[in-house]
Amino acid sequence: MTTDYRRIVRDGLWDNNIVFSQTLALCPLLAVTSTATNGLGMGLATTFVLMLSGLTVAAFRKIISAEVRIPVFVLIIATIVTLVDMSMNAWMHDLHKVLGLFIPLIVTNCAILGRAESYASKNPALPAVTDGLMMGLGFTLALVIVGATREVIGSGTLFANAELLLGKSFAFLELTLIPHYRGFLVAILPPGGFLVLGFLLAGKRILDKQLEARRSASRLARIAGAEAT
Amino acid sequence: MSTVAEPTYRKRVGYQSSLLGGFSTLAAALLMLGYNSTYEPIAQRQADDLLESLSQVLPDSLHDNNLLDNAIIIDDSNGKPLTIYRAMKEQHTTGFAYRATAQGYAGEIDLMLGVRPDGELIGVRVLAHAETPGLGDKIEKQKSNWILGFNGRSLSNTSEGEWHVKKDGGRFDQFSGATITPRGVVKAIHDGLMFFKQHREELAVMTENEAKK
Repeated sequence: MTTDYRRIVRDGLWDNNIVFSQTLALCPLLAVTSTATNGLGMGLATTFVLMLSGLTVAAFRKIISAEVRIPVFVLIIATIVTLVDMSMNAWMHDLHKVLGLFIPLIVTNCAILGRAESYASKNPALPAVTDGLMMGLGFTLALVIVGATREVIGSGTLFANAELLLGKSFAFLELTLIPHYRGFLVAILPPGGFLVLGFLLAGKRILDKQLEARRSASRLARIAGAEAT
Repeated sequence: MSTVAEPTYRKRVGYQSSLLGGFSTLAAALLMLGYNSTYEPIAQRQADDLLESLSQVLPDSLHDNNLLDNAIIIDDSNGKPLTIYRAMKEQHTTGFAYRATAQGYAGEIDLMLGVRPDGELIGVRVLAHAETPGLGDKIEKQKSNWILGFNGRSLSNTSEGEWHVKKDGGRFDQFSGATITPRGVVKAIHDGLMFFKQHREELAVMTENEAKK
């Protein structure tokens, strides 16, 4: 069976997006997205863990028996997260200070176990890694969108402290969109996270519906055209 | 695809338990390796962090020693050991720095206090807190100058009644929408100075003994 990589990309980024379609991983989503930068950092760390866990689970899938698979997956994910946490603390210390609290939370991200169970355990290593990468990027995209929306509404800036995350050369990303903004606190607090997420989910539904309508309209037009000739 | 039925040996308890055991052993080995190779860099980073927070309350002009070298440990009022870092210049003690904990609105607030030998505050900084962003976080120096209002204060130039926020009749500002946070910080700083006053002689003796050596 050949692997449809375009399908994997589409699923990860849009059709089966962890946040916008599966509505999984809301705990880390709401906890870290008070700024776009935090969302980006958390998203990239999660992507890394998703790829590694996908690879490991896929590599061992032939020897893991069905009855004990869940504890084995949990063990693999927890080990990877702990190793990522320790190496970030040692070698990316400034970033770890910003995200340190949330890294252990990656273990609780049900989407990782979800991908291990529903994809990596049934597929070879390469598609599993690709799936991890795409699911992770989709998650990162969601985190950045939610984070950016909350940051702009809440404090009038965009990508504040991006320098800490990406290095000096990315200082240009740090924008103050609304100078002398007095802040709109509720967007930064957890309820604001729920509100923004709710509006974004509704937005995606509307967009999907319109795309669907346009697709069926063009199909109808084609059929009509064929009949006319 | 795994549509083929699982081989029967995989159903055996022995296989499953050795599988779990094997993965646990592997995980433990990896974690050990990871811990060993990151232990030193992490300790180094944490020492850097500590030094940085110390240098905010004990400016470089005050000392020529390594702040981490001349630390003293004494028990605080709760009997917990508290590390007191010492700034020294030309063999004389020019200041002390130690941690204090304030009760904020959302848990504990970690403070670092810098004090002159005569009990006057050099400066105070917030090391860690979980206060509400936009309200209680004005205790950070990055967000507001409020914390600088403690510079130069001491128990002798600010009376007991003045060590409160203005709402409680004291002389320190509260923030609009957040009183609990500054109230906790003012109290913690006051308690920190009281602690220093109680142990001042003890500290003086300790430093003198060392100078004699």
